[in-house]
Parts: sequence; structure tokens; C-alpha cells
Amino acid sequence: MAEVLFFIAAIGAVAGAVGTVSLRNPFYAVLALVCHLLALAALFLLLRAEFVAAAQVVVYAGAVMVLYVFVVAYVGGSDEPLTASTGASLRFASILFALALFVELTIALIGTSLAALDSDGAPYEAGFGTPAEVGELFLTRFLVAFEIASLLLLIAAVGAVILARRRSGLPEAGEISVADVMRRPEVTPGESVPGTMIEAASPPRR
Amino acid sequence: MPLTWYLVVSALIFAIGAGGVLVRRNPLVILLCIELMLNAANLALVGFSRVHGNMDGQMFALIVMVVAACEVAVGLGLIVALFRRRLPIDVDELRELQG
Repeated sequence: MAEVLFFIAAIGAVAGAVGTVSLRNPFYAVLALVCHLLALAALFLLLRAEFVAAAQVVVYAGAVMVLYVFVVAYVGGSDEPLTASTGASLRFASILFALALFVELTIALIGTSLAALDSDGAPYEAGFGTPAEVGELFLTRFLVAFEIASLLLLIAAVGAVILARRRSGLPEAGEISVADVMRRPEVTPGESVPGTMIEAASPPRR
Repeated sequence: MPLTWYLVVSALIFAIGAGGVLVRRNPLVILLCIELMLNAANLALVGFSRVHGNMDGQMFALIVMVVAACEVAVGLGLIVALFRRRLPIDVDELRELQG
């Protein structure tokens, strides 16, 4: 039973990864990554990492992917041609590099004489991978890492807001505001009536 | 299942992600491919954690997820800033690193 589940989840994960890399529309690439993350969560469950699997689904497939979808919708998921303007030879070399990396990793893996690689692992103890165990470890042995992670999240949140905000001061001629996006004909068809909510939210036009 | 299978899947996903970073030109998709590579590393960590019967690998995987979330927030902020300045969303056109 575990073998069947493993192969289903592994094929799903690899297919999601291939879709992320090869789909042209960024929106579909994000959706393929969501499939990949869900299949990976199933693999984590097979490895008895319950809390990691739950965090994967809630944080990754939930929150982070919603952020991606919003940015793709804002920037506009334009179809890019997969063939780079820099030539097909560079692309071929990249694919060759990826293949060589996989072969090298596999050879290194099989070539090691680690006895544990062929076993099913340590016997399962009750409580392994549960939220209680994770929480206890985070507040005792890994307390410093836990605190630094919270600090890192704070810095990243502040940095993202500062990077993506509207610059105050002199408005740049080339800058696009949210109101400009809303005024696009494909978003709001017809004549934009002055005095709407969009106008009220935007800075005065000159 | 022996651990070798999990590690082979992890290596395959990592190689696909690395190839994607090299091939694709849209910075959004490059960020997605970096996510793939981080997740492959997570799978290997959790697999070794299971074999050793030790929780340390799982804690490492959780910290990796935190760092990935930070990287996504900053990277998407950069892409939004690029879009606001009407720069092309294409890493081939952005090679000069001038604002």
C-alpha cells in the first residue's frame, strides 16, 4: 500500500515540477506548482512528518501561492516565447547541465555504501513528527533558530513593503499606479466616469 | 519504501528546478523554480530525519520553509517595483542592473 501511494505521489510531484518549468503562461505554472506541493505533502506524510506536511499545505500551497497568483494577476501573465533570444544553443546547454546534475546526484547516491539507504529506517516511535514534539523542540533545543526566524520574517515583510510601495515625493512619469491598471480598457470596459471609486483612490491627475 | 527512492525523486526535482532557472526568462517563473529546488532539499531532509528516527531534519525543513517565504516576499516585491517602473519583466533585458 505504501509503495502504491509513494509512486502516485512521486509521479504527481515530478509532473508538477515539469509543468512549472515548461508551461508558458506564468499563471498555469503557479497552478502546476500547487499540484507539486500537494503531492510533496503526501510524500511527507509517508515519511511520517505530519506537522511538516500540514505546514506545507497551509503555508506553501495556501498563503505563498495566493501571493504568487496576486502578483501574476497584477503584472499580467503575458505568454513569453520559450525560445530565448540569446539562441537555442544556450538553452540546449542548460538542459544538458540539468541532466548531468541529475545523473551525477544519482550516481553519488547509489555509489555511497550507507547501509541505511536501503532500509526502511528507524522503528516508528509514538509522537514522532507530531505538533507537540515539534513545538517542544522549537522552544527548547532550537529556540535561537526560532527567534531568528521570526526576526527574518519581520525584516522580509518590511523590506517587501518598502520595495513595492509607491514612491513618495516627485511622481515619476513612467510609473504605473493601481488606478492606471484599473483604467485599462480590458479591465473596465467603456468610458471611465469621473468621480468613481477608482478616481477617488488615485492621486490627482495633471 | 527504502530511502533511496525518496532521494532519487528529490534529486530529479532539484535537477528540474535548476534547469528551469537556467532556461526560463520570466523572473516570476525563476522564483517558482527556486521554490522547486528548496522543496527538493526539504524532501531529502525529511527522508533522512525518518531514517535516523531523529526530529532534527524536520526542524531544518521547517526553517527552510520560513526562509523560502521571506525570499518569495522580497522577490515578488522586486517584481512589482520593476513593473511600476515600466521595465520589461524579462531577465535578458535587465542585465545592466541600472535602475
